[in-house]
Amino acid sequence: MYLFGRRIDASQIIVWIIGGVLFLLVLIGSISTLLTERYTVKQWLDFIIFGAAQGGIYALIALGYTMVYGVLRLINFAHGEVFMSGAFSAYFLAAALDKAMLLNRYPIPCLLVIAFLSAAVSATVAVCLERIAYRPLRRAPRLVNLITAIGASFFLQYTFRGLYGSGVEVYPDIAILKGDFWGIRKTLLVVCGSALAMLGILYAFIQGTKTGRAIRAISEDLETAALMGVDVDQTIAITFAVGGSTAGIAGVLYALIFSQVNFFMGFVPGMKAFTAAVMGGIGNVPGAALGGFLLGIFEAVGPSLFLDGLGIPAANQLKDVIAFTLLVLILIFRPTGLLGERLAVKRT
Amino acid sequence: MLTLNAIHSYYGQIHALKGVSFTVEKGEIVTLIGSNGAGKTTTLNTISGLIKPRSGEILFEGQRIDNLAPHEIAKRGISQSPEGRKIFGRMTVRENLEMGAFNRKDQAGIRHDLAQILELFPRLRERFNQSGGTLSGGEQQMLAIGRALMSRPRILTLDEPSMGLAPILVAQIFKIICDINQQGTTILLIEQNAQMALSIATRGYVLETGQIVLQGPAKDLLASPQVRKAYLGG
Ligand SMILES: Nc1ncnc2c1ncn2[C@@H]1O[C@H](COP(=O)(O)OP(=O)(O)OP(=O)(O)O)[C@@H](O)[C@H]1O
Ligand SMILES: [Mg+2]
Repeated sequence: MYLFGRRIDASQIIVWIIGGVLFLLVLIGSISTLLTERYTVKQWLDFIIFGAAQGGIYALIALGYTMVYGVLRLINFAHGEVFMSGAFSAYFLAAALDKAMLLNRYPIPCLLVIAFLSAAVSATVAVCLERIAYRPLRRAPRLVNLITAIGASFFLQYTFRGLYGSGVEVYPDIAILKGDFWGIRKTLLVVCGSALAMLGILYAFIQGTKTGRAIRAISEDLETAALMGVDVDQTIAITFAVGGSTAGIAGVLYALIFSQVNFFMGFVPGMKAFTAAVMGGIGNVPGAALGGFLLGIFEAVGPSLFLDGLGIPAANQLKDVIAFTLLVLILIFRPTGLLGERLAVKRT
Repeated sequence: MLTLNAIHSYYGQIHALKGVSFTVEKGEIVTLIGSNGAGKTTTLNTISGLIKPRSGEILFEGQRIDNLAPHEIAKRGISQSPEGRKIFGRMTVRENLEMGAFNRKDQAGIRHDLAQILELFPRLRERFNQSGGTLSGGEQQMLAIGRALMSRPRILTLDEPSMGLAPILVAQIFKIICDINQQGTTILLIEQNAQMALSIATRGYVLETGQIVLQGPAKDLLASPQVRKAYLGG
């Protein structure tokens, strides 16, 4: 059958119908919520700001997925654990600084040191992961790599559980981040700002530096990049280090908002960030940032916006459903992700 | 300058090169001709280090290079314009050319060579800030050669630079290859267009199913009945 000059088959029509129904449900729910005026404008703004902060964290983690996918065509399922390793390790520094009464006396230098430590630990874990788990398998079939990634993910979770215990640790409070600024939680502003700044720095790094260009060259064509004199192994290690340190910063930002860390904290943000990377078009750096923010905001606004309107109780607990529904919708209508290119024309 | 000694290369179980030996002297244009699947690309990729030979040795300026990683071989001055051009499609023409100079630090020299390459291929100047993927086949070929030259190689290896080009463009590309050679760059040229390749080369080798079956001065090969029959249509 032909539609709009394109050939389509029956399964595609069914998928589109499912997509259309989901889309309609979202629309009906939203309209009915908005008509009942259940929430004030201020409340909506709060949802959006919270979503943007959460989304900034997703975006930072998603960058690691997308960059590693770019150079190795590998979904690094252990990336959520890379994020956890930094945040969890930095907790001990934060607690020590708090005990020494330094954290609230010099909050900004302390936070920078904490972020630095977290980034360093995450980068180290990511680089070791590449060196030990992925590099020996560079020529192995992809399924082998995928299984290795999942194995590495469990390995890291339980290593950190062994190291730091299975309890939930609570990050110390930081006095200057308490309270509001123009009616918005200061923490959220700091998280949003830091995430945007990090994304900007990363973009400049990838577009503007020689190493960034080498990463892009490998993403396009590994062998030709090597012919140009790019040290492929080194550049791949740098990619893991960059993605890892970004995830480490995301870990500290996460701890600022949610105050809690434990060995399992990487799983859900990791899955969400992976979702964000796929939504944006895996392999595409601006796409990962866009996907992260979109997912964060959608997730924060969605339960109140359309689930309430549909009369679904306890809508807030369903935000994960929303995240993955959004993923399904995007993949139905744009299989390559929002900014992705057609995978078929890429190297296999 | 470049010597291959009894090189054997494999793809898994497939024995692609069965003891290939040849030499390229400084200043020469040497051509390697052969039909589809003869092993020409495999030979170049073995020289460039993308494929590791299972036995044999490769010497470049007296030193073994067959154990080096591709980027180290590139650093020593062997550059390749690969089969199918392999342009970085999402990078601009400018960035592609700069990738060619990846390991150079002499900014002044890079600028000079860039200007010279744009002189050689004026079309690239017009497309300078356009992304590589949007160039025509011929423009991409020019870019691939220009990119390979940007490393200021001691030896330039070209894998079928005439593939898919209109005859007039083929003639132009071969003329440019001669010019590059005259400016002092040694050239190893791989071609299916045996007539053209032999007409500009100093010496030639004929490769058949992974083995060198004929070799000699280009003029002699052009005249040889064996070559005429197999590669020049009688
Ligand atoms: N990646 C690969 N995996 C398995 N076999 C390969 C691979 N690449 C090449 N071969 C085989 O090795 C042999 C030599 O191939 P090669 O590409 O070197 O030929 P060629 O002379 O460059 O041919 P053409 O003129 O068509 O480019 C062929 O028989 C080919 O089938
Ligand atoms: Mg070939």
